[in-house]
Amino acid sequence: MVVNHEDIISHIKDNVGDVLKVIPDDYGVLIAEVSVHQVYKLISFLFKDLNYKFNILVDLCGVHYPDRKGEELGVVYHIQSMSLRTRIRLKVFVPIEKPEVPSLTGIYAAANWMERETYDFYGILFLGHPNLVRILNMDEMIDFPMRKEFPLEDPKRRDKEDFHFGR
Amino acid sequence: MRTNLEYKAEFLNPDMPDIPYTTLNLGPTHPATHGIFQNILKMDGERIVSGEQTIGYIHRAFEKIAERRPFYQITPLTDRLNYCSAPINNIGWHLTVEKLLKVSVPKRVDYMRVLVMELARVTDHLICNSILGVDTGALTGFTYVYQFREKVYEIYEEICGARLTTNMGRVGGFERDFSPKVFELTRKFLAEFPKIWRQFESLLSRNRIFMDRTMKTGPISVERALNYGFTGPNLRAAGIDYDLRVADPYCSYEDFKFDIPVGTTGDTYDRFVVRNEEIWQSLSIIEQALQKIEACEPGVYHADSDRYYLPPKQEVYRNMEALIYHFKIVMGEIEAPVGEVYKAVEGANGELGFYLISDGGRTPYRLHFRRPSFIYYQAFPEMVQGQMLSDAIVVMSSMNVIAGELDA
Repeated sequence: MVVNHEDIISHIKDNVGDVLKVIPDDYGVLIAEVSVHQVYKLISFLFKDLNYKFNILVDLCGVHYPDRKGEELGVVYHIQSMSLRTRIRLKVFVPIEKPEVPSLTGIYAAANWMERETYDFYGILFLGHPNLVRILNMDEMIDFPMRKEFPLEDPKRRDKEDFHFGR
Repeated sequence: MRTNLEYKAEFLNPDMPDIPYTTLNLGPTHPATHGIFQNILKMDGERIVSGEQTIGYIHRAFEKIAERRPFYQITPLTDRLNYCSAPINNIGWHLTVEKLLKVSVPKRVDYMRVLVMELARVTDHLICNSILGVDTGALTGFTYVYQFREKVYEIYEEICGARLTTNMGRVGGFERDFSPKVFELTRKFLAEFPKIWRQFESLLSRNRIFMDRTMKTGPISVERALNYGFTGPNLRAAGIDYDLRVADPYCSYEDFKFDIPVGTTGDTYDRFVVRNEEIWQSLSIIEQALQKIEACEPGVYHADSDRYYLPPKQEVYRNMEALIYHFKIVMGEIEAPVGEVYKAVEGANGELGFYLISDGGRTPYRLHFRRPSFIYYQAFPEMVQGQMLSDAIVVMSSMNVIAGELDA
């Protein structure tokens, strides 16, 4: 919050290359989209970098946009620098046919369960994860329930249809 | 007596021939787990060789349900995350929506929220520490302090009508002003509780048996704690003075004076002491909040806007605009902007974050709860490796793993 976003962006540009696609934000957070091939390189750089030291993975979650062809599934990372008290939000999008994202478990121990949770709900495969199995749902489940096509309720029920106000 | 490390070197050598290990299921329904989650421990006698957790027994798909609910209907879901301090979750969620809608609330609302949140923090830490006493065999302290949780629940009841799952407040403030009885009960709590809590502390914090049980059990270094994403009292016990109330103040916490207690070793005793000290700090914050509320203009308890805050009921019956807004808000048509916000509050267990993506509809497009318990409970096997079974129970208790928050 004390660090200028421009400084971080130019620092990354100097050291990792032109990998960030910055998304403007109304709420004052640095949000950037990164390609799936460069996300591991970028985050391990940010983790090791002595100027910024993004040493905490605050949050990792999936998101599903069925209408975006070729980049339906996304992973959102919030990483924080404890010394500078600043955060950035990185997004990676992958096609639903090949939802493969490098695992961050080698960098952050916290990523283990967060990635398992994301796999459990979105079916995103984290390559290099030591134990990528379901965590909250039962092991026998075959669906990925947070995907948008998965119905919240039993689709055969007619009594709860909401034509006027539903999404 | 051998230390744990020496024990590890001697007995847990991978080159050694087969040692007959025992598998022990600690949970899912075990009195020591305080919730429904399972630990499969591989034991060498009384020592823990390795452990694996199985969670998800009370998974209720809150994130999925939230995608079909208007913003105000998500508040009851947040109650059920960390049910020991439900008002913090409620207010955290309201702050998230307010951040999305760019609402600014009056100072008095901030102070009222601080009052409630600190009461919730006191009860949460009170439960954690007194149950830690129970798990080490000291039931007495628990029986004395637990009644004060009830006293706080009476305050909640006076504010919102509910006790455990409070569903307290609205987007933009509270549904009604605090009655004089709220302040009366809070003052009574502030007058009575410290004496009993002092007794509880004197019973345990310098108690030889308790210290032997808790010191050096389940320690975690600062580096590992950060790597595991620890926040809240568990991180502070390891020695980092990171508190969101100070690092990224919300609800006018910058107006309050309080200290952040830190430990040094990150073991069970440090977690206990840090939580104890946080209770004293919270009590001081509650007292300051009472004074600040008194200094504010009375009768202000919500942000003044028809857009997201329900109009008063008398107006709804007489006035057409009020009726329209009432209908719109109840149906969830509050014209949320397209955007995404992440808002975190310092929950009793650590950083409770809400990541909300809005596509402009009446429900969130995506809502993710960053649940501190879920993230730090991963470290449990590492913390208890090489220790005794009874230590594992104490460590779990002192980490304050709440099953509702773990599974969402």
